[in-house]
Amino acid sequence: MGPVKVAAAAGLALLAASSFAAGWIRPSGYAVQFRDAPAVAPCARFPLGTDELGRDLLARMLYGMRLSFLLAGSAALVSSAIAGLAGIATGVLGKGFEQVLEICFNLLMSLPWIFLLLLARALLPLEMPAETSVLVTFLLLALLGWAPAARVIGASARSLRHSGFTLRARAEGAGSWRLIWFQLWPNLQRLIGAQFLILLPGFILSEATLSFLGLGVGEPLPSWGGLLRDLEDYSAVAEQPWRVAPLILMFLTVACLQSLSGAAPCAARRKI
Amino acid sequence: MKSLSLILLAALPLAAAGRWGGELRFAIDSDPKTFNPLLVTEQSAGVVRYLTGGMLIRWNHATQAMDPELAQSWRLSPDGREIRFELRADARFSDGSPVTAQDAAFTFRTLLDPKTPSADADAFRVGGQPITVEAHGDRVLVLKFAQAIAGVERLFGSIAIVSPQALESAQDPARMPTAGPFHIAQYEPGAEISLARNPYYWKTVEGRRLPYLDGVRLKIRQDRSLEVNSLLTGELDLIDSVDPKAFGRLAKAGGVTAIDAGPSLDSEQLWFNQNPAAPVTDYRKAWFHDQEFRQAISLAIHRDDMARLVYDSHAQPAAAIVPTSNRAWNNPALKAPRFDPEAAEKLLTSAGFRMENGGLKDRNHHPVEFSIITNSGSATRERLAVLIQQDLARIGIRVRLITLDFPSLIERLTRTFDYEACLLGMVNDDLDPNSQMNVWLSSGPNHPWYPEEKSPATPWEAEIDRLMVQQSRETKTALRKKAFDRVQEIVAQQAPVIFLVGKHSLCAYGPRVGNASPSPFFPQTYWNIDQLYVRAEH
Repeated sequence: MGPVKVAAAAGLALLAASSFAAGWIRPSGYAVQFRDAPAVAPCARFPLGTDELGRDLLARMLYGMRLSFLLAGSAALVSSAIAGLAGIATGVLGKGFEQVLEICFNLLMSLPWIFLLLLARALLPLEMPAETSVLVTFLLLALLGWAPAARVIGASARSLRHSGFTLRARAEGAGSWRLIWFQLWPNLQRLIGAQFLILLPGFILSEATLSFLGLGVGEPLPSWGGLLRDLEDYSAVAEQPWRVAPLILMFLTVACLQSLSGAAPCAARRKI
Repeated sequence: MKSLSLILLAALPLAAAGRWGGELRFAIDSDPKTFNPLLVTEQSAGVVRYLTGGMLIRWNHATQAMDPELAQSWRLSPDGREIRFELRADARFSDGSPVTAQDAAFTFRTLLDPKTPSADADAFRVGGQPITVEAHGDRVLVLKFAQAIAGVERLFGSIAIVSPQALESAQDPARMPTAGPFHIAQYEPGAEISLARNPYYWKTVEGRRLPYLDGVRLKIRQDRSLEVNSLLTGELDLIDSVDPKAFGRLAKAGGVTAIDAGPSLDSEQLWFNQNPAAPVTDYRKAWFHDQEFRQAISLAIHRDDMARLVYDSHAQPAAAIVPTSNRAWNNPALKAPRFDPEAAEKLLTSAGFRMENGGLKDRNHHPVEFSIITNSGSATRERLAVLIQQDLARIGIRVRLITLDFPSLIERLTRTFDYEACLLGMVNDDLDPNSQMNVWLSSGPNHPWYPEEKSPATPWEAEIDRLMVQQSRETKTALRKKAFDRVQEIVAQQAPVIFLVGKHSLCAYGPRVGNASPSPFFPQTYWNIDQLYVRAEH
């Protein structure tokens, strides 16, 4: 791992650690409205100032980062797990299954996901707490977002299926489960890990887009997308430049993740 | 009712003598859907109609009364069933042809023709009865109604008089003669509309025909986020509706005049779903039907904080249906409920609610919590709802906020009724209570808490129905006012709609603009367009 990747990993670890220490860093929480101090500039009491309702922006940014990490991380985990399973199945089950899966990929990739999310959101029961509603949204994102990763993993699995060591294992009588466990999984796990790192920033940006449109994480829960909505009025940013902090943090997070995903292999490394 | 009215121009608020010539520039949202002034349904076409159309009489924003325009006088019969206009002799279309009573009669016959899909015609068609339109000579127009229409005069303020030739050329707007201060000189779809002065406009000052301006350039901008910068750079001369957050910056900018013109007709409100068929649990429906519960919620909401935090104090706590700016119909006896969580708790206790372990519970120990739906993309409404969340948390009520895309929201409000409480705004462009019949009549499609009731669900709704119908049939303004005042009192007592804040009209204009006298009502900044002028550019 080169110095850039080490720096990216360290930066990411620092960001993640600070987000998970949000409760300790800003014990007042993200929702409390200090109505006597709306839209204040950074000061000792509020290091990043407050929003129009007097809520601590540092607290909201840290809690928002935590939520984005958790939601996008879970979605990327689910997505890469599905992609891994589909890819491995391609490697084991052969051409027929591969063709069925290819049709699924094409269908999934041509779905207008934003409309599906809108529809799903409109159909969710009103009783559902905001946290659950967000989880459902991200589960949907995960279920819709695994196809590109599965295609990459499937291609590697296909090449592994025809590799010499797999053929030899078959010739020695290895069954499907043995092939998966001892031949495919060890060779694909780093690729699946890389796909996770590629998917993660995508989901972070999806959350930001949805919340920016007012359809992601609902108030009073903070999220990066929600905080970025304050930047809509860009001329106000010139007066309150500290408002771009969430944008910078999101940019750093995504850049770190991209650097790390570049460190992972693009193709399966063969372990024999 | 108005007997013979002849209001002289001299009685109007005096405008300073202006500079002749020059062009005023401002932005509109979209291409007008039509240039036919009888078919206007959206704001861009409304702006063009306002600037180019010659009306018989027009509403004066300063006096809040009708002023004579193409008609130099008018008279409504004592029974309210006949209105007679006498047109001025010097009224001309922009091509120089005279505006005659025949043109006015043609306008109203076309407007009232069932084949004309005009939104403005509905208000004239009371009870589906025919209206007789007669031209007596070149200068007298008489309209006869089968029954009196309350406040009929205001309806004429949006009807631009057209000639048959004008309507024929509505497809080619640059050829369309108009009788207002301007006519359309050029239209570039998606880009701009250039208006040029009507050289035959009837209104004069110092012996010269108004308007002062040679022209108006309407820039078509779907994305108006750059409007503030355009005003600061001088590319545009005015903004009719400024966001409260941008208003503060404009107020600080040199050269720009930013004006809070006072309470507009628009308000934000919260209401609970009272439709008995709604898919809402029965115990929650019982809360929503309880007047004491609704009043308690109203008392627990800090409206002053809403106005201060969300609108930078460019709004005020809303008291009732009609804002204070609507001087003719506001009920001054009604005041906005003061923030009083203790009084709210007392009301809730009286209604059988109890605090248990920090949360409010009803008689059957159900925790008091409900959801508020509003439209996504409105940061203002989300902030209002977040303030409500914290205010109600103080009295042990948990509120969930749900933002929905607009079609889904409307689906829930009007078809499935699957919601508990809703936070939305009411946009009004008419001061007369008749324009709110569809909101306050229990059978009305826009009756917020229970639309299209077969019969009034409660005695107080029946009372509102009776009073609204009574005021709509009454021609004596004082009696109409008395009935509508009572409607406002009932709504304030029963709180089926909890009025939150009334927004102010915020506008701004650049250093070139002279004689601006912004009003809270549309069009805020250029309602006196024929008096506006632009200063010489150095």
